This record gives sequence, structure tokens and C-alpha cells, in this order.
Amino acid sequence: MAVNVIMPQMGESIFEGTVTKWLKKPGEKIERDEPLFEISTDKVDAEIPSPASGILQEIKVAEGQTVPIQTVVGVIAAEGAAVAAAPAASAVPPAPAPKPAAGTPAPPAVSDAPQNEAPVQVPEKKLPPASGAPQQARTAASSQGNGAEKVRSSPLVRRLAKEHNIDVAQLSGTGAGGRVSKKDILGVIESGPAQGTAAPRPASAPRPAGVVPPPTAGTAAASLETAVPREKMYFGHFEVQPMTVMRQRIAEHMVMSKRVSPHVYSVDEVDVTEIAKLRGKMKEKFEQTTGTKLSFMPFFVRAAIEGLRAFPTVNSSVDGTNIVLHKECNIGIAVALDWGLIVPVVKNAEEKNFLGIARSINDLAERARAKKLKPEEVQESTFCITNPGTFGGLFGLPIISQPNVAILGLGAIEKRPVVIDDAIAIRSMVYLTLSYDHRVVDGAIAHQFMGKIKHTLENWTESVL
Amino acid sequence: MAQATMLEAIRQAIFEEMERDPAVVAVGEDIGVYGGAFKVTEGLLAKFGPDRVMDAPIAETGIVGAACGMSFLGLRPVVEMQFIDFIACCFNQVTNFAAKSHYLWDAPVPIVIRGPSGGGVHGGPFHSANPEMYFVHTPGLKVVYPSTAYDAKGLLKSAIRDNNPVLFFEHKYLYRRIKEELPAEDYTVPLGKAIVRRKGQDLTIITYAAMMHTSLEAADELAKEGIEAEVVDLRTLLPLDRETILASVKKTNRLLVVHEDTRTGGIAGEIAAIVCEEAFDDLDAPVARVTALDTPVPYSPPLEERFLPQRNDVVAAARKLAKY
Repeated sequence: MAVNVIMPQMGESIFEGTVTKWLKKPGEKIERDEPLFEISTDKVDAEIPSPASGILQEIKVAEGQTVPIQTVVGVIAAEGAAVAAAPAASAVPPAPAPKPAAGTPAPPAVSDAPQNEAPVQVPEKKLPPASGAPQQARTAASSQGNGAEKVRSSPLVRRLAKEHNIDVAQLSGTGAGGRVSKKDILGVIESGPAQGTAAPRPASAPRPAGVVPPPTAGTAAASLETAVPREKMYFGHFEVQPMTVMRQRIAEHMVMSKRVSPHVYSVDEVDVTEIAKLRGKMKEKFEQTTGTKLSFMPFFVRAAIEGLRAFPTVNSSVDGTNIVLHKECNIGIAVALDWGLIVPVVKNAEEKNFLGIARSINDLAERARAKKLKPEEVQESTFCITNPGTFGGLFGLPIISQPNVAILGLGAIEKRPVVIDDAIAIRSMVYLTLSYDHRVVDGAIAHQFMGKIKHTLENWTESVL
Repeated sequence: MAQATMLEAIRQAIFEEMERDPAVVAVGEDIGVYGGAFKVTEGLLAKFGPDRVMDAPIAETGIVGAACGMSFLGLRPVVEMQFIDFIACCFNQVTNFAAKSHYLWDAPVPIVIRGPSGGGVHGGPFHSANPEMYFVHTPGLKVVYPSTAYDAKGLLKSAIRDNNPVLFFEHKYLYRRIKEELPAEDYTVPLGKAIVRRKGQDLTIITYAAMMHTSLEAADELAKEGIEAEVVDLRTLLPLDRETILASVKKTNRLLVVHEDTRTGGIAGEIAAIVCEEAFDDLDAPVARVTALDTPVPYSPPLEERFLPQRNDVVAAARKLAKY
């Protein structure tokens, strides 16, 4: 029995997802709930577990393709069922009709592995298109090019491409499933200079000067403008890398936030000597007792909550001329990933004790790195904290994560000579920055909010265990 | 000038043509004394007398056979089917005789067979049919199916003046629901010419009859989303206006055909084939269709609603097509 693998709905407002990676090849065995493929959506990247045990029979949606939710992306031949014939990935060109050439007897149509070529062992790209297709036909099919990179278009697009000497295979489309549509090709034609050069799809090959690749067509491309005419970016030797979905979303969000919110920045310096001492003293015991690490982050989250409680406008969103004051303190924590950045959210942080916050942060960060976050875990933040200090930054001026109105940046904790009562002392110091939306947060509030955080951190009383 | 419903427009056409040409006569069940089941022919008997307005027995084969005979003797009969569903009864006379007469014997049959058709009025399986495609498949016939009062009058006049058999479908849902001001003077609308009812560049919706109105409503809805649909009203199904169809498809590159007739063998299939043959290189998406289901027209109102294409069905299909 075959089980369809579908593109899941990863959150309420999500209608499509991109298959970023298949973790199994056709023909490979898979257990139920074992990770089968990775997807990327507007909100989150995730590994999708297999819905059944069996053999991955067919991949219907190739890596890089974006499809609506509920689309069948693959088929699993459930355990016990014979793998019927050869799996034909949809990306492989359709099979020519079986026309046995003279002297080339067609192999018998069999439902299990043929004598000389077990389909399950054939690399995906060379999979025979259909059971019983003669060898010649198979060769023809696979020699038509790399199936996985076949670009879907339309008769119109192909005609226009021919007329304008454009290689459709080099374009990326915005139509359903990445199809190159009329709009896409007209965009290329109108942009002009790429004509006739058949510029490679964003690839790694260094290119000679003067060859401008076609503009990227994607949701991000629509909202991301270029600072200078595109032609001026391509000089010397270069390499063009397509943005990942996550990169596109980050780029869009950053541009949008800067456009929507007038950012103002304030910087404070906080003495965290006592906290550093406390952490140093409690680190091992904390981990032994609770099984989770004691970092600086929960101290800052705790202090931020004190500030948010005292100055609720900092914990708000702007809806037109309304200020939406959030009653929960849902603290987004920026987590740097090798492939980008994600901001999981500690929900209802105001209700959690120190341990609860510490545990939540560590858990979310770990799962962010393992691509195991659920969509709701990256939504509904009311305030965010980012930590450029991790990478040695003295301080940073972050961009607000919408629809929040402020974000706290943590600099590097360093020992510095500090003047205390006319004496110079060596203290653990940190620069805290607040980027805030001046539409609703004025300087007076922002600085009092930061004062509250500073005071909480410098006069820490709460036990960590 | 007062506004005329589609029903009044049809009545005016028959009246005016009978006044204009003494050869024009009307034949049908209950069309004289009673004025017709839908009162299309009310007043006709009083005005033109029983020699020109003939109440016929309930025998469609006989009516059409007689009309063919009259036409050979120089008359131009306008035959009413009480409901167009009953045209099935005279299928042989229409398809084997009237349609082939000109071809076989050089004896044209200038008759019009007209009648109320279509669903949406809870008429049930015997009083809601759209049997146009039986006849679109018959060379020698002309098939007309208007969507407006103006067209109904102008096309019926053209049909009556045509020297070959014309089947004239009158959507009963539209009879009294649409009205417009009609010109005082004599006018005709040519057979075989479609019309663009709404201009757009994102996709073409080809449709006719009651679905023309559904499609226009859908187009307004789509416009709110920034999708501009061009709506083409076929008006005549046979001969089909390939020129207008192809011109629109070549402009928008995406085609949706909407009809109230059932899906299999509906005109959408024929149009899709024409477009694939003549404009394949202009297509940016597969041809899509919104049609009634492949069942008889249900009697139950909720089932009938499900059976008939609704505005939202058209919107959804167009949206999908626009995004393809």
C-alpha cells in the first residue's frame, strides 16, 4: 500500500512550503516518524517526519520547489508492499512511449526488481521513467538533462523565450510550484541586458565581467529593491548565490521594520559583576541540579520583564492609531544559526521563575539549531533580546522585530576599569542598547525602562535555584 | 422608453418579425389562447389570428415536422418548445431532417425552434435542461443562446430571417430577472458573433447565457484582488466565433470557460481544443473550466445550487488560474 507524503501546514497563515532537502533517496528504507525531508516556510524551517514505515518510492517535489500545503510531495510504499516498478520522480522528463527499436527487445514488465537493474538501486536522476520502458527510451529520457533541474513553464513562455533568445532553464519562476510564467519571462525581457547571454541560474561558477544574471524572481525580489542599477553590481569576477527562503524573509522583515518604525537608540552601561560572580559560583550546581546550563541570558530576560512591567508601552504593538498593550511578556530570543537567524519566543515569561526561563531559553535555542521549532514557537513575541556580545560586539544597534516596539541588545561582558567612589575598580561591565520605536516610545520612557533593567541587574536578589 | 425584460424582448422580436413578414408564423403548445407557458406569446393570437398563431397538440415531432413542411411552402415558422427539454422528443426531425435538408436537397428549412432552458428555478430534471450541445454537434444547425434582452431580441430577429434552422435557447432564469432599454427602431444582432462584455488582461472567461452574469459578478470580485478578467459572451454556440475567442486568449494567455451545461461534452471542451490547436504557443496555463456536474439537474434546491456553477466557483477557478 502506498502512503502519500504531503506538505504539512506549518501554522495557520501558511499556505505553501519549500522542500529544502530530502533526507532519503527513492528506494531507501524509512521508519515511521524518522525525518524524511526538510521544509522552509514563511515562519519556520522544519524537519518533517515520515508518516509511515516503508520504502520511499517516489519524490514528486524536487528540492527547492515551493508547493501549496497538502500537495503530495512523495510516496512511501508501506512495509510489506512490493515496490511497484520503478519510481518516476516527477522531475524526470515524461517517458517516451515504449517503442522497442529493432533488435532491442523490451524487457518484460515486472512489478519487482528486473533482472539486471533493480530500480531501487538506481540513482534518482537516472530512474527509468516507467516499468517496461525499453532501455533506449530510458537513455533518451535521462540524456534530456538533469531531471531535477527541469524548469516548468508554458507554451507561451517557451515561445517568448525562443523569440528573445532566453534559456528558460536558467530562470526561476514565481508561478505555482516555481513555474516560469508569462510575468516572469516578461520581467526578464523588459530588464533587457541579459538577453541572449543565457546567464546561468544563480550558480557558483565565477562569471566573466559584463554578464548580468537575470533578476531573481521571487516573493522577496518583489519587496527588496536594489540600491544601485543591477548592472553596477556585477563587475570583475563574482559568484551569485540565491538567498534561502529564510534569508529572503529576514531581508524583507528588516527592510519593512526600518520603513515602518522610526528607530531611536539608547545605550547604557551596566555593572554585572555580582551576576557574573553568582553565575560563576552556581554554574555547576545549577547544571547538576536542573540538567540545564546557566547562562547570562535568563538574568537579562528577568531584568527585562521587570522593565516591561514598569513601562508597559515598551511591551506593545502599534495598530494604526491604536497602541496594543500586551498583557503577556513573550520574550523573543534571537538565535544565530549557521544558515541564518531565528527568534524563538519564551511565552508568558512573566509567569516563569528563573529556572523556568533558563530552561525555556536553552530548550528553544537547541531546537532552533536542530530545526525542530514549531511555528507557534516563533510567533507572538512582545519584546525581543539579541546578543551581539556573543560574537564579541561591544554593543549593537539592532532592528526591531515587528510588531514589537523595542529590542534589547546585549554587548560583550568584559572586565573594565570603573570609577567607584573616586577609586578605580575592575568590574564586569556590559553595554546594553535599546532600539525603540519613537512612534510610541519616547526617550524618557526608554531611559527609565533601561534604568529599571540596570537597577535590577546591579541589585540582583533573586536566587537562581 | 420603458425597460424591457428578456421575455418582453423575445415577444417584441416575434411580434415585429410577424408584422414585418407575413410568412412568419408561430407554432407551439398552448402558445395561442393561453399565451405560452411563460407568456412569451401573449397577445399574439389576438393580433395575428389563428392562421398565423397555431396551438399544436403535444407532439414535438409533429410540430417540427409540420414546420419543416410549412417552410418548404414559403413560410418561416417560429416553433416554441414549452420547455426546451422536450426538444429531445423531436430530435430526429431536427437533426436528421431540418439540419440536413439544405445539404441533401438544396431545400433550406428556415425555421426557428425556441424555448425556455436552463436551471436555477427549481424546475427539476425535466424542466431545467441545457441540451444545446446535442445540436452544436449537428452540422446544418445554428445554435443561439443569448444573455441579455438586447441580444435576445436582435438575435431572434436574425434567427427568424435566417434561411436555415436556428435553435434559440432562452434562459428562463433570465426571463424576468434582467431588463434593459431597447432601441425603438428595428435592429438585429448578427449570428455567430461573440462579444467582449468586460475587458481585462489577466485571464479570459468565455461563457454564455446565465453564466455570463455569474462570470461578470465573479470578475468584479476578482478585480478587488487585482485580477482583471476579460469576459467573452459567446451568444452563438454554432457557428462558434473562433476569431473573438482566439483574440482574447492571445491577449490574456489564460483561459477559463464557464458554462451551465454539464461538463463532459460541454462546449468548454471544444473551445479548449480550438485554443490548443490555434493558440498553443499563447497559453501560459492549462485551459480551465467551471461547469455543472455530470448529473441530471437535481430538483432539491440545495442540490441544484451545488450542481450549478456559482460565482464563488468561478472566482476560485479564476484565482487559481491567475496564479498558475
